[in-house]
Amino acid sequence: MTPSPDHPGEAMPQFKMHATGVEGVTEGTERMEVSMGPHHPSTHGVFRMDVELEGETITKLKPVFGYLHRNHEKIAESTSYLGSMPYTDRLDYFNSMTNNWAYALSVEKLAGIEVPERAEYIRVITAELTRLQNHVSLIGFLVQDMGALGTPLMYAFRERERILDLFESLSGARMMCNFMRFGGCRCDVSADWIKQAQSVVEAFPQFLDEFEALISENEVLMARSQHVGILKPELAIDAGVAGPVLRATGVNYDLRKVDGYGIYDRFQFRVPLGDHGDVYDRYMIRVLEMRESVKILQQALAEIPNGDYVNPKAKLRGFRPPPGEAYGRIEAPKGELGFYLISDGSPKPYRYRVRPPSLINLTILEDMCLGQTIADAVIILGSIDIVLGEVDR
Amino acid sequence: MIGKGILKGMVETARNLTGSFHDPDRLTTVEYPEQKIPAKENARNFPFLIYDGDDWEAGLRCVSCQICEKECPPQCIYIEKDKEKKPDFLGKMQMQPKIFDIDVSVCMGCQICVEVCPFESIRMDNDFEYAGSDRFESLLLTKDQLAKSNKYYHSIHPTEAQETDEIRVQKREDHLAKEKAKAEKLAKAKEEAATKAALSKAEKAKEE
Repeated sequence: MTPSPDHPGEAMPQFKMHATGVEGVTEGTERMEVSMGPHHPSTHGVFRMDVELEGETITKLKPVFGYLHRNHEKIAESTSYLGSMPYTDRLDYFNSMTNNWAYALSVEKLAGIEVPERAEYIRVITAELTRLQNHVSLIGFLVQDMGALGTPLMYAFRERERILDLFESLSGARMMCNFMRFGGCRCDVSADWIKQAQSVVEAFPQFLDEFEALISENEVLMARSQHVGILKPELAIDAGVAGPVLRATGVNYDLRKVDGYGIYDRFQFRVPLGDHGDVYDRYMIRVLEMRESVKILQQALAEIPNGDYVNPKAKLRGFRPPPGEAYGRIEAPKGELGFYLISDGSPKPYRYRVRPPSLINLTILEDMCLGQTIADAVIILGSIDIVLGEVDR
Repeated sequence: MIGKGILKGMVETARNLTGSFHDPDRLTTVEYPEQKIPAKENARNFPFLIYDGDDWEAGLRCVSCQICEKECPPQCIYIEKDKEKKPDFLGKMQMQPKIFDIDVSVCMGCQICVEVCPFESIRMDNDFEYAGSDRFESLLLTKDQLAKSNKYYHSIHPTEAQETDEIRVQKREDHLAKEKAKAEKLAKAKEEAATKAALSKAEKAKEE
């Protein structure tokens, strides 16, 4: 290490290549600092990792984010309760339906609004469809990060597109649905839509079989992902990690079972759990969760009752919840998504806080990456399933 | 056997490759500018203003109540009221917008303006080809660009337009019934006043 001329006190990072007979270059490795991102395609958006390497091995990793900060919480505190509903679509822009639901749930808790039966069913159906399309695109991106360029991702996106078509014919938009309202949903589902959804759901397990035949037993995938990025359950619990990342370590914690929010206690489904907490487990748990989601969807689509799709007493304009505070949380595809609201009786929330699953799951990135190679860091990041819209807000 | 998984995957890829020649369900893309996937009925993009009849200025439904301007989350609507009033579909004199601008570079197509509009005058369009060479002027839509006929609305969202028309028919009926009741009440009051006057006249005559 030699002091740099610009910063005399600081050591300037130096690196040397493996000796290949070049004069003056000694054998062995030295410390190297690499700034990965914010425009690196493997970072799933604008995320930066300041990595310290010893050869190819990671000795230190510092996540840097905030490039997509849009002041979401402060904007929500200066618009009406209804006005921040479309902004929640843009948090985790893969899963606007579940974002809407979490926000609607916390406002309903705050104001004590009842949700009609049919609306609860519509919410479960849209949330589980969201889970399907999120997980399917995640595993597509994950195998893309491992080097399977194109093919599996395209197959995954073909399937995702079918679900987005359903969302478009229901809510008008593929991704920015803005579908939930306080006390229900914005519009009703038609019998025709339910039939279409049923045909998509029926065809989905076939696609999963196909995808698993393509990928799950692939030797390259197993070599790249097994025993890589191991997360211990103790650390996961201490860090507050939730969702598939937590369940892949073997901790049985699913808000759909624990909280039983909405009407999830009526459906028969199992919570898949991992064993090792490595990247392969996190991949497999998503595949298994999709199979369980298909089961929930089949039950919900068969049982959906007639009735109101929105509480007729719920007001759209001039909505003023009584003073108080509420925290509503749901099991979003990425983990526990919660909205904490304080009302002072005015039309705008006094405090609005999002508990973003992506951000909190990202905090354990360094612990998973230490001792791994730089190529592994890419797939470990991919397996956490982050969306920078939600991390930075 | 090492390589079994890879072989299995390759078989799957080959099946998909050949399948796309036979099964239209496996061929999922279209060549966009030449071919277009027909829009879904509910598809929404940016708002537009509806007018009835043929003259867009006379038939514009907007009464410039400015509710959408207030409720719009990104505040992309700008309205200025006109001093002159014009009759609406019920024959009542109503305000009209002098300026009605929507900045589609700010609009996020959330549909909240449509939901809060009490006059069925703003609805969502499904046109998405707004690209222009100018950053500012071409994306700021003014009243004349926003005004589209009810016929057009029927052509893009038939079910929703039908429902809107039914609401308006109901409104007109309610209004007519109200007018009728009002007229009847007025006639009754007149009659009562006349009999009262006659009575008092008779009493006066009696006293004398």
